[in-house]
Amino acid sequence: MALYPALSVLSPGFLTTVQDPGRYHCAEWGISPAGAADCVALRLGNLLVGNPPDCAGLEMTLVGGSFKFNSPRRIAITGSYFKPTIDDQPVPLWQSLDVVTGQVLHIGSTESGARCYLCVEGGIEVGKLLSSSSTHVLTSLGGFGGRGLKAGDVLDCGPIHEPADSPKFIVRSDVLDSLYHGGPIRVVPGLQSDWFSPSALSMFSSSEYSVKEESNRMGLRLAGAKVVPLTDQNLVTEGASLGSVQIPPDGEPILLFVEHPTTGGYPKIAGVILADLHRIGQLRPRDKVTFRFVTEEEAVFLLAKQESLLQPGHCLVPAP
Amino acid sequence: MSEYTHKWKDKQDGFSRRFGERLALWSVDSSSKIGYRALNTLTMASTKSPYPRIQRASDHSFIVYVGEGISRSNHRSVLRLYRLLQSKPNAATLNIHPAYSSVLVSFNPLITHPGKFESYLRSLLDNVGNEDTTPPRVVTVPVCYHYSLAPDLRFVANHAALSEEALARAHASPEYLVYFLGFSPGFPYMGGLPLELETPRLQTPRTAVPAGSVAIGGKQTGIYPTSSPGGWRIIGRTPLQLFDPTRNPPALLEMGDLVRFQPIPLDEYDRLEKSGAR
Repeated sequence: MALYPALSVLSPGFLTTVQDPGRYHCAEWGISPAGAADCVALRLGNLLVGNPPDCAGLEMTLVGGSFKFNSPRRIAITGSYFKPTIDDQPVPLWQSLDVVTGQVLHIGSTESGARCYLCVEGGIEVGKLLSSSSTHVLTSLGGFGGRGLKAGDVLDCGPIHEPADSPKFIVRSDVLDSLYHGGPIRVVPGLQSDWFSPSALSMFSSSEYSVKEESNRMGLRLAGAKVVPLTDQNLVTEGASLGSVQIPPDGEPILLFVEHPTTGGYPKIAGVILADLHRIGQLRPRDKVTFRFVTEEEAVFLLAKQESLLQPGHCLVPAP
Repeated sequence: MSEYTHKWKDKQDGFSRRFGERLALWSVDSSSKIGYRALNTLTMASTKSPYPRIQRASDHSFIVYVGEGISRSNHRSVLRLYRLLQSKPNAATLNIHPAYSSVLVSFNPLITHPGKFESYLRSLLDNVGNEDTTPPRVVTVPVCYHYSLAPDLRFVANHAALSEEALARAHASPEYLVYFLGFSPGFPYMGGLPLELETPRLQTPRTAVPAGSVAIGGKQTGIYPTSSPGGWRIIGRTPLQLFDPTRNPPALLEMGDLVRFQPIPLDEYDRLEKSGAR
């Protein structure tokens, strides 16, 4: 496939990585999925530029970067509001934008959540590793040389398929409000939830936790009410799934996120439902979070509901 | 690196005999009781044994417990189920996480309804059988047990009341079983450590353990495939590259492999390391 040097990195921001929906079918080798921490923002960004949903974009964390475009492209900025500008003019999130050769996109620091995404028509092309372009930051696997971007990096993009005058879109604001509502994070009971007393479980779901500084894409460490299992039995190391909330001996929950260890030995009290994982990706250090238990059936219903919201015919409207 | 790797032993009868000897020596980890939730337990057809047991692990995963604790018999059940999951794949499967006595399988509930996915797992268990079809590979891993590469060599030797040379011999004498790969890319959880070499983990894990470090953590031994944080005691280093994402499969060791460590002197370690074994 023909590649186009589409984007030069002038400054990288705090941590900017190439991410797609994630690397699956590799857990038996100890490889967790990585991928966009806010998978909904990446997916909507790809929709806005006419890409298939598995195209890679750039994930920026807390502070964004500056990028110079080397060819005309349709782009979209999604996720949290990082005060983006093109040639010093503020530009909106959640809509198709066109840039011309030589224009500079600057993405500042966050005014809302943890992560902001840049999707580019044709997708960021870094070559797939084990079927994915995602960067697994902690193990330096995949993405652009297994690392966060640096000033001077030049990124290739795939070819453009749509004519330059194809229609532009905006994501409906009511859809965004339902996707990013501020309610409790919904969880289902974890594999070892019966290791905890009913009062410990209700303490977990009624307490407010604060995201600790040492959180990252591997896991979010939560400060707040300590939850202690009923027994001090040891768990035989077993598989851990994305979103599991495990309780280490100190009683402060750890939420396993996109770069989680594939197996673990701490009891799991709960698991974040798939339909709320993207909201975890927008939590910053010191943000407050609460949990609410739902059934597995409700969780799958909520995921199906989210999927219907994400259909282009539903979530996109023509740009003015 | 061919002389050190992929040495197949294809005589299954020999393998069974070795396993017989090992099973007699093997004792199930007494601390390894697992709890389970009676309410959420979907008991299998057999009422005699609670295993294998399928349990919902999250909105997008099930776990199959094949037994309790760490044993070679549980390992063989896990391996058979894992191979069946690969040979009879489901379109919704996202990831398979084998471990000591369980296999966690995550799936996309929008592709296959959870009830249907559970039926799929149940049908695999009905066909899992108890025959081991493929004999294990025996992989020889060269290890340099030299203090310059092994910051915990002296501690572990003192703990075991052995000289450093005797520790290296003792560690290299058994054949270890790779129970599964987990934690980080290509990390093998290996069992079969001689009792006298069991050593508690570090109180505070190191922030960076060099790739190739061979280490002991409690009853287990392992090799750090990539540079990563780690709390196990480092007693040596291998020049082999255990994990290379451009290889297929990316991990040198696979679940079910038998591993034999071959002690090598420092100059040979340097030579192999330079010659591109890693």
